[in-house]
Amino acid sequence: MSAAVYIAGLGAISAIGNNVQENISALKESRAGLGPIRYLQTRYADIFPAGEVKASNEELAAICGWTGTNSRTAMLGYLAAKEALQDAGLVQHGTTWMAGEENCKVGLISATSVGGMDLTEDFFPDFLANPHAGKLRMVSQHECGAITEKMALALGISEFITTISTACSSSANAIMMGARMIRNGMLDVVVAGGTDALSRFTLNGFNTLMILDSQLCQPFDKGRRGLNLGEGAGFVVLVSSRVAAALGKELKIVVSGYCNANDAHHQTASSPEGIGSFTAMKGAMKMAALQPSDIDYINLHGTGTQNNDSSESTAIQRIFGDAYPKMSSTKSFTGHTLAACGGIEAVYSAVSLQEQCLFPGLRIEVPVIEKPGVMVQTFEKAEGIRHVLSNSFGFGGNCSSLIFSLV
Amino acid sequence: MRAALVKNELYINAVCRVTGNRAWKNGQLFYEQPGAAADEFLVGLYRALNLNYPKWYKMDRLSRLGVAAAEMVWENYPDCRPFEKAIVLANSHSSLDTDTRFVSQMQEIPSPAVFVYTLPNIVSGEISIRHGLKGEQAFFVTEQPDPEFLHSYTRSLFAAGKTRVCLMGWIDIFGEQFNATLYRISAESNDSVLSMEFTIENLYQYFYHEQGAVS
Amino acid sequence: MNREQLVEELKEQIIEQLNLQVKPEDIVAGDPLFNEGLGLDSIDALELIVLMQQKYQIKLANAEDGPKVFQSIDTMADFILANQPAAN
Repeated sequence: MSAAVYIAGLGAISAIGNNVQENISALKESRAGLGPIRYLQTRYADIFPAGEVKASNEELAAICGWTGTNSRTAMLGYLAAKEALQDAGLVQHGTTWMAGEENCKVGLISATSVGGMDLTEDFFPDFLANPHAGKLRMVSQHECGAITEKMALALGISEFITTISTACSSSANAIMMGARMIRNGMLDVVVAGGTDALSRFTLNGFNTLMILDSQLCQPFDKGRRGLNLGEGAGFVVLVSSRVAAALGKELKIVVSGYCNANDAHHQTASSPEGIGSFTAMKGAMKMAALQPSDIDYINLHGTGTQNNDSSESTAIQRIFGDAYPKMSSTKSFTGHTLAACGGIEAVYSAVSLQEQCLFPGLRIEVPVIEKPGVMVQTFEKAEGIRHVLSNSFGFGGNCSSLIFSLV
Repeated sequence: MRAALVKNELYINAVCRVTGNRAWKNGQLFYEQPGAAADEFLVGLYRALNLNYPKWYKMDRLSRLGVAAAEMVWENYPDCRPFEKAIVLANSHSSLDTDTRFVSQMQEIPSPAVFVYTLPNIVSGEISIRHGLKGEQAFFVTEQPDPEFLHSYTRSLFAAGKTRVCLMGWIDIFGEQFNATLYRISAESNDSVLSMEFTIENLYQYFYHEQGAVS
Repeated sequence: MNREQLVEELKEQIIEQLNLQVKPEDIVAGDPLFNEGLGLDSIDALELIVLMQQKYQIKLANAEDGPKVFQSIDTMADFILANQPAAN
């Protein structure tokens, strides 16, 4: 049962761009998207930098072509998923999806932690003051699944829809599940990834955990102070080999390995030895039948918190010893996009392989991993890279690693 | 490595159902407290189980329900490594019960201990910490329990060869309404009386009937 | 208020804020709160920071100062008496 799972399309929207092209340009030019909060109304606007998508809800709705009240999470998700579907070249005739001449069964596996909370938290103050105040349509999209259903409706996907909500590993898990369903012949095509919008709920919450950086974050730097929150969406279109052939394009990137494990240590902190991360990375490599020396680059989870970067680097050291692959955290550009990070970073990893290059991690002064040349700090051409490992570790001890490879 | 198992040989070795102020274990009524508020019932269940786990009191209501349910079905598997123990859960309200509590606190100073639980998969984490489950975990948010989907998803974990025991089910709470149905699944049939085959029909029985439907 | 009253008040507040299943009489003011003693964890530490702010209007800017301040009820009481905003 080892059917290949190809990546046929990519879509992303984040603090550094409203589509994949814009994101990649920013990564190549070391232009981060972090700064004072300008779109979300919050008392923390000038206290904690964040990575907001540079568009208001009205502007996003206009791009989506949607009227009425819309959750920012749903709009971001829709835009990224739509871009990925268009990139893949799948076409819908009536209700049937086609890849070239072939029919295909298409599913949507989306991930989110915020859901429609961006609207609900605006509803609450009015409602708490007066039970007859507030517009009910603001809460009808609260539930995570409602966001996915709205996206599915707009995208024209109806055969399989589900929502995964496992914190920061959510969209990596969505991609993993999509790959599994294709390998088992349950679906031909899966639009997999995640979306999260910045909200006061998350800002306040992360602040009480005291893991926010009031300056621009510095993942994998010894002096790091915490994370910057971000928002966005990232989706990949996964297809079976039959669909890959039918699309008539030369698809070169496959999901070659994945693994999910639990740290079983604490609700929000990782174990010091990084046991969950260690297991997830090793498991993914085992599935892909790769040795540590085969990994050319790691897109780190690298949030910038004391705890994550310490556990993640410990786990990496246990696996790779002194023979580290190159690595960087693109959260230094986008901030931590929570449930969307696995999806967005999958897109970046795929482009890395496609264009044979490596994106940097910004603002590293004293790297956690001291060996020279390991932490990628400026954009690099990288001819010959074949395997990229992407980590996403979430609250609840949920650790996931994905490996993308060139065939 | 053990010889390959015949694909269909998976068993439900234990099941519990907690709803409507009653807790059922393997089809038998284990504890009830009619008329009590949900919080009171959960504390009563905790005591009836002799859980003896002070951290339980710091958990949110979803995790309290989940950990109590897990206590009713879990059994130690000394032969299995931690990474071979998996947990697959689903619900419809996600962490909404705790989310609303957090939002009301946000008006003043929000509580970190509450924020930590504003994600549905933290209950998987708490169960994993208590019983040393370090394998695969998944949490799905769907409107109703979907026995067909959960059945095939769980099967695929075993089929991949990495999972040897799995806690699977539905853990949901919102306000005074709560509903937990949890199964322990493995390839060994521990108990000739209690164990039953891991089929969609057998799952359906417990999702929609407390004692398991009349059979 | 005097120190003794503060210590008693702190015991009750901690029990309530952290959902502890002990009675005030069971807590010894000089005993360690973390690791042994009451076995509090890192989230409890954050909750104590919230307690300081909410009940005593003292803001702990650095989480790293936590371990020293929250070592025991006694150290917490000392800290409050030393740092509480005037007019009490």
